Amino acid sequence: MMQDDKVIVCEKLTKRFGDFVATNEITFDVHKGEIFGFLGANGAGKTTAMRMLCGLSAPSSGKATIAGYDVYTQTEQIKRNIGYMSQKFSLYENLTVLENIEFFGGIYGLSDERIKSKTEELLQRLGLKSEANKLVGSLPLGWKQKLSFSVAVLHEPKIVFLDEPTGGVDPVTRRQFWDMIYEAAHDGITVFVTTHYMDEAEYCNRISIMVDGKMEVLDTPANLKNSFHARSMDEVFYQLARGAKRGD
Amino acid sequence: MMEAVVVKNLVKTYGKEKTVAVDDVSFSVDKGELFGLIGPDGAGKTSIFRMLTTLLLPDSGSATVDGHDIVKDFRQIRSSVGYMPGKFSLYQDLTIEENLHFFATVFGTTIEENYHLIKDIYVQIEPFKNRRAGKLSGGMKQKLALCCALIHKPTTLFLDEPTTGVDPVSRKEFWEMLRRLKEENITILVSTPYMDEASLCDRIALVQGGKILSIDTPHGIVNSYPDALLAIKANEMYRLLKALKGYPGILNSYAFGEYAHATLRDAHTDTHALQVYLHEHGLTGVEVKEAEVTIEDSFIKLLH
Repeated sequence: MMQDDKVIVCEKLTKRFGDFVATNEITFDVHKGEIFGFLGANGAGKTTAMRMLCGLSAPSSGKATIAGYDVYTQTEQIKRNIGYMSQKFSLYENLTVLENIEFFGGIYGLSDERIKSKTEELLQRLGLKSEANKLVGSLPLGWKQKLSFSVAVLHEPKIVFLDEPTGGVDPVTRRQFWDMIYEAAHDGITVFVTTHYMDEAEYCNRISIMVDGKMEVLDTPANLKNSFHARSMDEVFYQLARGAKRGD
Repeated sequence: MMEAVVVKNLVKTYGKEKTVAVDDVSFSVDKGELFGLIGPDGAGKTSIFRMLTTLLLPDSGSATVDGHDIVKDFRQIRSSVGYMPGKFSLYQDLTIEENLHFFATVFGTTIEENYHLIKDIYVQIEPFKNRRAGKLSGGMKQKLALCCALIHKPTTLFLDEPTTGVDPVSRKEFWEMLRRLKEENITILVSTPYMDEASLCDRIALVQGGKILSIDTPHGIVNSYPDALLAIKANEMYRLLKALKGYPGILNSYAFGEYAHATLRDAHTDTHALQVYLHEHGLTGVEVKEAEVTIEDSFIKLLH
């Protein structure tokens, strides 16, 4: 791929909390339209790294640019060019589907006209037209997750960060969710995703696995399985994370 | 008495609109069995557990735990079962040791008396025994909660989604702990949204929308899968999935790790024709083989 195709560039990115090195000199690039899996055991330093990449936490040392913007000095531009969703919080449960879309569209600075057309398109695609005036809190989890993903990419960001987006979702909805991820990537949105489902690791173009704050490996699922002589990503993960010293 | 838990036509609704959370559920669990409720969020797993631990009254139906009725005999049940809720519910401002001591005392026992039950788990968090529970990592909280649920030597243990949000390595370790507890003849009911954990139970109930879809041994569930299941691979998963959806002979198809899994209609069992079709659609590196059915495939079939 071409040099200027890189939407995330990280060089020795580090975060310390006192003596504790949460994220330890991680170096990697992510390309436009790539589905990048960011794996690691609990406590490996994933959340800290993601917070730095989203412009929410200043690194202790190292370099990184997100969509071309610097993580030290251009955090506001970063936030405008990324989308974010997690299992824990994404939408306002006591606003309706419509209100949530309008609210987030407004936050991201879309014009009223644009919000209107985007809303129409989104409800159509998700088959949520008849639910538009229902409170988000009353929707089944699977719908909520599909809706929050659509809202996270409403402003057509360059990168979308997904933090365990499919936790607790039934197997059919989980796959529909991945169809949406594939489609977004196909449209040129870079997808940065964490998951505890190892079958989902297989759906990523490339996978990185963090162990004790370091990025231990980074490669395609097929290459990782080859080099670890493993039959599945589950085995690769197990071999690597079993040696972890810290965390849980 | 062979049965530790007997559930008959249990129903639970919530709110004015009577939203059905548990819809006429019946099952029984044998003494010493490791029984799994497998299903996504909102399936009704927590409501079932809360009724069986006497924290919630059913609308109708009945259930017994160790022969005690969940409505009439709630006191006996509360003193004899252990419950680990899905949400961390220990005292955040007490230390590990204080929490454990508190739960032992409340149940009229001591840590020493049943230490053998928790020893394997407790030694892993003992180095931090003076740390407040609120300051522990997710995995350590989970281990402490299990210790507190075990310290009075319960006859039956209810574990509500103990591994949700936990990484695969810690999940494996947790299940190894459960297998060891089973040897102590404690009946264990555990709920999980992770289908791969189902195979570690003696028997499982697949739940969705408040209903039980199927109850059997993991082996039995997989063996009763009605169709021939294919595993299909190609160089591009996204295009493969799209192509499969458009194939006239396809009954159902979905991604499954590095493969797509698919079932074919009766008149289209010729896999060669499928291979030709995929090549015609520009896919390369096509491989079609028979797939090994998993619990997740069975669950998808039941939802389809």
